[in-house]
Amino acid sequence: MIPLVCPAPIATRDTILLGHGSGGKLSAELLRDVFLPAFTNPVLAKLEDQASFEIGGARLAFTTDSFVVKPLFFRGGDIGSLAVHGTINDLAVGGAIPEFLSAAFILEEGFPMADLRRIADSMAAAAAKAGVTIVTGDTKVVERGSGDGVYINTAGIGLLREGVRLSAGIAQPGDAVILSGSIGDHGIAILSEREGLELESDIASDSAALNTLVDAMFATAGTNAIRAMRDPTRGGVASTLNEIAEQSAVGIEIDEGAIVIHSAVRGACELLGLDPLYVANEGKLVAIVARESADAIVDAMRRHPLGADAAVVGRVTGDHAGMVTMRTLFGTSRIVDMLAGDQLPRIC
Amino acid sequence: MKYIDEYRDAAVAKGIAQAVRARVTRPWVLMEICGGQTHTIMRYGLDEMLPPEIELVHGPGCPVCVAPLEIIDKALDIAARPGVIFVSYGDMLRVPGSHSDLFRVKAAGGDVRVAYSPMDAVKLARENPSRQVVFFGIGFETTAPANAMSVWQAKREGLKNFSLLAAHVLVPPAMRALLASPANRVQGLIAPGHVCTVMGTREYEDLSRDFHLPIVIGGFEPVDLLEAVRMLVAQLEEGRAEVENQYVRSVSREGNLGAKRILVQVYEVSDRKWRGIGPIPMSGYKLRPEFAEYDAELIYGTGEITAHEPEECISALVLQGLKKPLDCAAFGTLCTPERPLGAPMVSSEGVCAAYYAYRRHNEATKEAVR
Repeated sequence: MIPLVCPAPIATRDTILLGHGSGGKLSAELLRDVFLPAFTNPVLAKLEDQASFEIGGARLAFTTDSFVVKPLFFRGGDIGSLAVHGTINDLAVGGAIPEFLSAAFILEEGFPMADLRRIADSMAAAAAKAGVTIVTGDTKVVERGSGDGVYINTAGIGLLREGVRLSAGIAQPGDAVILSGSIGDHGIAILSEREGLELESDIASDSAALNTLVDAMFATAGTNAIRAMRDPTRGGVASTLNEIAEQSAVGIEIDEGAIVIHSAVRGACELLGLDPLYVANEGKLVAIVARESADAIVDAMRRHPLGADAAVVGRVTGDHAGMVTMRTLFGTSRIVDMLAGDQLPRIC
Repeated sequence: MKYIDEYRDAAVAKGIAQAVRARVTRPWVLMEICGGQTHTIMRYGLDEMLPPEIELVHGPGCPVCVAPLEIIDKALDIAARPGVIFVSYGDMLRVPGSHSDLFRVKAAGGDVRVAYSPMDAVKLARENPSRQVVFFGIGFETTAPANAMSVWQAKREGLKNFSLLAAHVLVPPAMRALLASPANRVQGLIAPGHVCTVMGTREYEDLSRDFHLPIVIGGFEPVDLLEAVRMLVAQLEEGRAEVENQYVRSVSREGNLGAKRILVQVYEVSDRKWRGIGPIPMSGYKLRPEFAEYDAELIYGTGEITAHEPEECISALVLQGLKKPLDCAAFGTLCTPERPLGAPMVSSEGVCAAYYAYRRHNEATKEAVR
């Protein structure tokens, strides 16, 4: 009765899509096809969240990040504090002690001076609290309509801890996976304030500088027990774990019951058809650590205010290299895949 | 979370699976219709919890998947026009038409926006009187009333810059076509709880009687679905064929009378083409003539657009429950969510997408679900 039908695939990507900035597969394609071939070098090739290298006998970590968040001000933070925290965190999860930041602003003609002052003050406060200094910067102004109020780029430099060599490429079967706390708070806080959604909630962004939490982890663990750390920002915990699984050519299995999700975040995700595993965090870290050190590290994290809900949420396995799976509450197993682009709200 | 946690309770779920195991004496083929139900089954591995006698096959109930290629091409055509604000549910944006998708139209300068409700599109029309706002209203009976309400509201307000590109499909005619097929294997149906919340259960009573088929209206959480399976197995083992309602917290026999009233006021039943299946008579809604001035197809003259759907994948067989995604040679290789070949891989709610997202990791699972 019924003919076999299907559409032709659309394989070409000749323009940039929003999904290229999502941290998912499209972002990885962009790196692979455009940037890595253009800039190829051994430091970059490690594909960590920060570059690490030696200058004059000092081992340094260096990173940069741009911030285009909308709205500029949200519950739990603003684009300024986020720009400071984000770059500090990229250094901290590389095992570095963040020292200096740059701040570059692309401002749109007509942007209110009062908002810019508020953002600058917020950046100063965030930097002071984290013990880093903003030492250089730049300002450009574009015509009205060419920007979206303000975009901020920060870069940061830090000193790598003696003997510490973290890498997403050295996770080993048997290692434990630690998550520092609840997931999805930042992404849902932003989404719930974004124009048009009109979702009422009391969810605040978790935006925070993680360097002192990382200090506490190293104070307990010494140099070799921690293999890799990442802050699961865009793309969420799922994308971060997929990156580690792929770079280390190992499997990662997480336990559904071990992952903390605030009920307001769960509720918003239920409503919107989103999976909190893919929702952005700005004050959380994922650590791959030697099994025998995991409990001590978790204890140390729990004594820190930003790690109160830290827990071992999974393990590195020799099965399914490059894949992340989840042991569900029902005892069954499913894949936690890397998304192609952004999560899309479902129709029903 | 109330109404969620108790339906995801692992101990309760295991107890129900055990009850099914105790009751079943021979093989039964059951179909869940709705894509949301398919996803719950895959996500929680419910099929792995059930005894091997129970085979779950997956129905055509993913509205994004079954939206025909033509309507996607029409949407792309309208969305690319200057002056138009094209508003869609989020998961339509990545659905490929013949040559493009809404993401690409947006990247090329089209004003494409995502909304959670068609009333947001009406609001946009109100706030942007110099622009034409078009809402892409697809879906089953579940989303039809809200989309109908947007047109009704626009007419009431006298808005001249709002229109609906409608492609609604109806579950019972599709099930009837599927059950009447000589190839049909389905012995029991889990009917879609959200559709029945709107429409009630009477149409399913007709289906059950005409095909002597046990039907259970099921919810969307794991405990809901396992309980629906348990109820179907009890009917089958006892030789009964009736409509039972597992999703009593949401579904009544009469459905949502207010929603049904607005459906009748705004739409009339029409023939519809289903992507991956083909044309099914009287299986959809279109706007009534008195709402013609809100019909985007008429306003933008897209009636001429037709699309050729090349015959490459086995989606028709998958959408009828005759094949599983893992039976397809293209699955996960030529056909992935980034580059879908066919309807069920298109939307995150499609059955191939569900298998791809949750199940391509282990050969044992592949064997088990075959």
